[in-house]
Amino acid sequence: MATGGDAGNVDAIYRAEARRVFATLVRLLHDFDLAEEALHDAFIAAAEQWPRDGFPSNPRAWLVSAGRFKAIDRLRRKARFEAAGEDLAMLIEERAEATETGAVEDDRLRLIFTCCHPALGSDAQVAMTLREVYGLTTEEIARAFLVRPPAIAQRIVRAKAKIRDDRIPFAVPEGDDLGERLEAVLRVIYLVFNEGYAASSGASLTRPDLSAEAVRLGRMLAGLLPDPEALGLLGLMLLQESRRAARVSGDGDLVLLADQDRSLWDRAMIAEGTALVARAMATRTIGVYTLQAAIAAVHAKAPDAGATDWAGIVRLYDILARADPAPVVALNRAVAVTMRDGPAAGLALIDDLLAGGDLAGFHLAHSARAGSAALRRRAPPTGGRWRWSARNRSGASSPAASPNSARLDPRPCRAPARRGWPSGGGARRSDRRGRGRRGSATSRRYWRAQRRAPAPFRARWSP
Amino acid sequence: MRYLCLVYFEPSRLASFTKSEGAALTNESIAYNEELQRSGRYVQAHALQSVEEAMTVRVRNGAMSATDGPFAETREVLGGFILIEAPDLNAAVTIAAGIPLARFGSVEVRPIQEMEKT
Repeated sequence: MATGGDAGNVDAIYRAEARRVFATLVRLLHDFDLAEEALHDAFIAAAEQWPRDGFPSNPRAWLVSAGRFKAIDRLRRKARFEAAGEDLAMLIEERAEATETGAVEDDRLRLIFTCCHPALGSDAQVAMTLREVYGLTTEEIARAFLVRPPAIAQRIVRAKAKIRDDRIPFAVPEGDDLGERLEAVLRVIYLVFNEGYAASSGASLTRPDLSAEAVRLGRMLAGLLPDPEALGLLGLMLLQESRRAARVSGDGDLVLLADQDRSLWDRAMIAEGTALVARAMATRTIGVYTLQAAIAAVHAKAPDAGATDWAGIVRLYDILARADPAPVVALNRAVAVTMRDGPAAGLALIDDLLAGGDLAGFHLAHSARAGSAALRRRAPPTGGRWRWSARNRSGASSPAASPNSARLDPRPCRAPARRGWPSGGGARRSDRRGRGRRGSATSRRYWRAQRRAPAPFRARWSP
Repeated sequence: MRYLCLVYFEPSRLASFTKSEGAALTNESIAYNEELQRSGRYVQAHALQSVEEAMTVRVRNGAMSATDGPFAETREVLGGFILIEAPDLNAAVTIAAGIPLARFGSVEVRPIQEMEKT
């Protein structure tokens, strides 16, 4: 036993260890609610004993052990009234108690995969991940998603019941399953990120910083499971987050990538994001998040909008369009082609896309077409480059709803995200499943955003 | 945060219990309160006497009226409460689900509204 310490140290250990200890307790106890109470009991015991008896050399192991015994005690006391309690207590006593670091980190991964299990709906996966893995309270999650706390509480209660009733294993998937299951995890993290990223204006400023939470989750995942796409997603989020200060004007309007004050970009995040892209690309297993991150990295490298390597961006979109043949990827590619080759080339591509029908009802496609057409009516630049510009005059509309955000900012707006961009096949499947459930507040907000009229739009030359 | 768990049940349902069944439920309820005390969740808890013992009071235009019992026509009546300290609504719901009477009636979980003098 180490000596010294006080209640403040117990608090610090709580902040650092609580979610790890919880993940291990879920594995040992096979029950979320019992694990939550056991975690609480363990910290109550720690707050009593550590300042008095000295701090343990391995607080995490101490807490897991204490939590496990507290759970057994609880079940034994309950057994006086319920016959099943004693059996459960004995079962738990028999289970192995692995608390060495490797196993504990595995427990966090197990917990992530359990919370993002495909048997749970998308809303439930998000709520479970934020609460169980990350430790946000029900009320914090509700505030972040602008819904009432009971709606979130019910999602969590039902998800836990589903996990229990369907005997969803507390395990990291193996073999062929891993790829598809990891996609679901990445999609949940990116959904959380976009929820926060879209909220950076107006009244939404009071929402908890979901983007930062998503970056932390992404960092944790990339640390636990350095899959190329986990690295790619973290890189993508960092590169997008690096532009946060430049994205919204003083009036709360969205500022397009081309018009952003690049001195406001966070260089440290860009450096980290770009390095992650390079790491992911070096594995030669390149997925849709890595490709989008690579596109964002090309933008980040350009000292000003005019110096953007559009040829490089088109090349990346060529690969992305093969990996994810969603129409909106093709639309983004068409805009990049416009920037590389001029509006005639882009316009032809956009007309083909509209003729294909998939994007006909999608206002971004029409505003992209209008933009290309407007550019074409002007004389081509001499020595200069094509440049888009647009101003969102609708004031309070959210950045995500701006029709222009999908064009120059490689971050897709909400609407395409539901159409399969950027998560690839697995996400599209689950989105199709989710499409019938428009009842949730999150999806209601999405439909509102999608139906919002395009903002006024104009095109001009870059000097 | 503090949450009030309001325990509702049908008095006739409990009245139909045998003496030993009733005693077991009481002991279990006391044990659960002790469990909550042990884990620091407990703030205050009380069972309530039957609605036949109750009065409902109103003051309108300065005049007070007092009538027998609550007016509620519902078959379930408020039979007791437990005020708890919990980190969030889901934790409170889990605790409420452990209240023995939740098996026979229902428990309404209400976050406490802190009032501030302005």
